[in-house]
Amino acid sequence: MATSPAVEGAAPPPRHRGAPRMSRGSARASWEAEMWRPTLRAALRAGGAGVGGCRNAGSDSGKAGSRVSAELIEHLERLALVDFRNREGVERLRAAIEFADRLRAVDTTGVAPMESVLEDRCLYLRADRVVEGNCVEDLLQNSRQTVEEYFVAPPGNITLPKQSEQDPVTQN
Amino acid sequence: MLGLSLREISAALKQGQVSPKELCQKCLSLIKETRFLNAYITVAEKKALQQAEESEKRYEKGQSLGILDGIPIAVKDNFSTAGIETTCASNMLKGYIPPYNATVVQKLLDQGAILLGKTNLDEFAMGSGSTDSIFGPVRNPWSYSKQYREKRKQNHHRADEDSNWLITGGSSGGSAAAVSAFTCFAALGSDTGGSTRNPAALCGLVGLKPTYGLVSRYGLIPLVNSMDVPGILTRCVDDAAIVLDTLAGHDPKDSTTIQDSVGPFILPILKDVSKLCIGIPKEYNAPGLSSEMQTLWYKAADLFESKGAKVVEVSLPHTSYSIICYQILCPAEVASNMARFDGLEYGHRCNVNVSTEAMYAATRREGFNDVVRGRILSGNFFLLKENYDDYFVKAQKVRRLIANDFMKVFNSGVDFLLTPTTLSDAMPYLEFIKEDNRTRSSQDDIFTQSVNMAGLPAVNIPMALSSQGLPVGLQLIGRAFSDQQLLTVAKWFEAQVQFPVIQFQELMDNCQAFFQHEKMASVSLK
Repeated sequence: MATSPAVEGAAPPPRHRGAPRMSRGSARASWEAEMWRPTLRAALRAGGAGVGGCRNAGSDSGKAGSRVSAELIEHLERLALVDFRNREGVERLRAAIEFADRLRAVDTTGVAPMESVLEDRCLYLRADRVVEGNCVEDLLQNSRQTVEEYFVAPPGNITLPKQSEQDPVTQN
Repeated sequence: MLGLSLREISAALKQGQVSPKELCQKCLSLIKETRFLNAYITVAEKKALQQAEESEKRYEKGQSLGILDGIPIAVKDNFSTAGIETTCASNMLKGYIPPYNATVVQKLLDQGAILLGKTNLDEFAMGSGSTDSIFGPVRNPWSYSKQYREKRKQNHHRADEDSNWLITGGSSGGSAAAVSAFTCFAALGSDTGGSTRNPAALCGLVGLKPTYGLVSRYGLIPLVNSMDVPGILTRCVDDAAIVLDTLAGHDPKDSTTIQDSVGPFILPILKDVSKLCIGIPKEYNAPGLSSEMQTLWYKAADLFESKGAKVVEVSLPHTSYSIICYQILCPAEVASNMARFDGLEYGHRCNVNVSTEAMYAATRREGFNDVVRGRILSGNFFLLKENYDDYFVKAQKVRRLIANDFMKVFNSGVDFLLTPTTLSDAMPYLEFIKEDNRTRSSQDDIFTQSVNMAGLPAVNIPMALSSQGLPVGLQLIGRAFSDQQLLTVAKWFEAQVQFPVIQFQELMDNCQAFFQHEKMASVSLK
């Protein structure tokens, strides 16, 4: 899917001066054609779910579909400790991946990733002085299971049972 | 009286025309009357009256703390409030009572503001309709306004049907409904992708998203750490500036707040806009933008030009990719942020005791709704080793391109950008729920979330009523840390357009005592 974000060779946009600066119908149509490819528009209209409406997406959408394998589902559920629950959940992921795939069209050669908008400022240090604390009671209050000053957890060295040993709802 | 601006009501308190306790009582009564809006999750009646009592004592001694002393406010339920349940509208935190106040809440309380309660939102602030809450959706007060109902009658629809009520927008819908219905004078929201500006536009309010780093996020239960900011919802621009003045500034507890001294946020009255250059980003003429909205947008641009400002068309070429970028970065950060909810130290905990993993999994299964779980899973997908570069890092690179787009435009002499805030006016709930949360978010956040990517300040200003009698607003975006100048221009714009006051039909019949008609007329924007 080859789209370019910038409009190459378009006339420089006219300055806004008083009465309508361009005929809205034609200008808008050309903007739409250039800026908003039919695939993205269709995806937005179709609501992003499923594979429909993507003229050029062909292989990409197939890829998204095949990438969401049973193994992946199990892997993600293990990592996130959150379940897909049903087919809808899996579809949601497929749709999210398909939507995200459109980002491939952007040329990011030589662009550094941006982690924070405040990257031009130094992260400062403050003096290592304790000014707060001694609130054990307050913090323990919110836990359902405590013993003296401890939070109580079930044993930690037992792994979650594999998918096949759990309910088959999320098996594809 | 409840329709007055912050400054006006503060003056009334000072002059003794009304006492803090009376004011608090009136607001609490109105909250009860407008319960059908479902704007509030928790109403802290006892605490509020206690605060009002203390405020009254201060006023009697002539020792009021400032302009916010005795003013009733509401806070979105994802801000931690000591002693008051904070749920984020989720089962995961139902019953959770934080032992501390968020910095922004503390700042308001230190100024004597009265915290009436916590408002409803989409679960964990994920959504653009305030419809995905365990406490039910929030109703837009404009559904019950005279202006809307009369239009419906004119169009031969049944004006009194209750089933066709409108959404507030989200995710700070509860805060927006609370302010719009006059139950408080200001409310805190949060803004990650437009969550303050969106409901502000649909409820006819001023919704301010400050520059990232200006206001402390300590105590705000995080969604996307690199984009979240506390937002302010008020009925006029001046009020927003007053609240911002209290909230802005360095917080040692939030290392992402800048150390520079900021403020004061006093807004001069702008008389001459000829030195201003307003940019109109052409890519914001997106499909789905209603023709009515587009007309109002151009009308506003014409207004600026007719008053002497320079209005130019500009380009933000990566606009169409910003929603995709957001839908990668947001779930990625969410996956990380939601990992803290395991049931061990706070929040919901299920009864599984086989192992920690099983307990965590079951707790999270019970505690989160589909939307949250969906985002966690997508986020984890994008963060997998094999996907990290292709998705997460790629999105971070696109984020830089988007931020650069804005910088280029501002460096070319443009002072502020003028754009729509939403695609159209408020939608009926029944229509809104036809599409799922992710789809709706990707449609509704289109004009607002690139601002969060770049960390810039933006404000929604209500402009006019649509053909359906519903509010429509426009967004002004400024350079980073230009919040004061942004609000100054917003105040000018507000005075030019004279947005009408909402007229509650149902409440009008019952609550004559609440509205002094002379005061109502003078509220519409000085």
